[in-house]
Amino acid sequence: MDWLKFFRAEKNNTAKTAKDRLMLAVAYQRSGQANGPSYLPRLREELLGVVRKYIQVPDEAVQFSVQREGGLEVLELNITLPDQ
Amino acid sequence: MAKIIVVTSGKGGVGKTTTSASFATGLAMRGHKTAVIDFDVGLRNLDLIMGVERRVVFDFVNVINGEATLKQALIKDKHLDKLHILAASQTRDKDALTTEGVEKVLNDLAQDFDFIVCDSPAGIERGAFLAMYFADEALVVTNPEVSSVRDSDRVLGILSSKARLAEKGETKVKEHLVLTRYNPARVAKGEMLSLEDVKEILAIPLLGVVPESSSVLTCSNSGVPVIREEGSDAGLAYQDLVARFLGDEVPHRFITEQKKGLFSKLFGAT
Repeated sequence: MDWLKFFRAEKNNTAKTAKDRLMLAVAYQRSGQANGPSYLPRLREELLGVVRKYIQVPDEAVQFSVQREGGLEVLELNITLPDQ
Repeated sequence: MAKIIVVTSGKGGVGKTTTSASFATGLAMRGHKTAVIDFDVGLRNLDLIMGVERRVVFDFVNVINGEATLKQALIKDKHLDKLHILAASQTRDKDALTTEGVEKVLNDLAQDFDFIVCDSPAGIERGAFLAMYFADEALVVTNPEVSSVRDSDRVLGILSSKARLAEKGETKVKEHLVLTRYNPARVAKGEMLSLEDVKEILAIPLLGVVPESSSVLTCSNSGVPVIREEGSDAGLAYQDLVARFLGDEVPHRFITEQKKGLFSKLFGAT
């Protein structure tokens, strides 16, 4: 019920939501994932293919990122194995 | 040696041209010889905001191509001797701006001028890139709104990695935040990102806050940079901003809600 909102102490603070969303978006942008090398998606697919020859993993079990630490670029691949 | 300042933002419609026009006018009002260049090739607009659209004969691309001299293309402001405008070309050839061509024009301008203000187009394509490439300092124009803030962050990333100063690795482009269309009443209601929020996310020093103001539109209607409008909040904010840029200590205003008294509520004073 809309009129109930009027009485709530915590008003709908969309500015707070905006800030939280922005912090995430900007962190992603700065991490270099957004503008990483263009072969990343293909590399991800192929690596996933190799892993799947041996173990069946769902798409979301694979996390893939490139991070810059100092002058080094680090390719990080995390695969969560399913419970047997 | 002239100082080159790019006015940039990534996102369109946030107030780059408005800011370029008022900033350049303000520098000239303070006695500095200033040139302002429109880098938005194909979508020329600075001339309209500066009120010189009927006096454009030659443009930036004509100068680059050697079809006109810089002297022929520079439009002298009618009110301020020290202010000159270089209009963008209306060509649809997106390769009209070349790095060498832009560099030559900037070097030639640097002989005569104290400040060169580069009004960047939106986006991060060639025109926007070249507008920021040669810059010593950057005004990053941002609205308190998610897409504008994210795009500003993107532009800051490009400035710190791809600009000429960054490539040389000696110094970096000095960045300034210009927060425009700010509405303290909406911030108080939790409807708009606050100045503090934007500062925290972008993490660059604040040069000025320009409040949302009806005079920005009315001034653009008549081709007068809003800084010339006496008594308008936005105009005053731009005057403060220019003073701060030149090293004056000026406190920030228009960042908290102005409570209207009963009188002004009743009689609608603004």
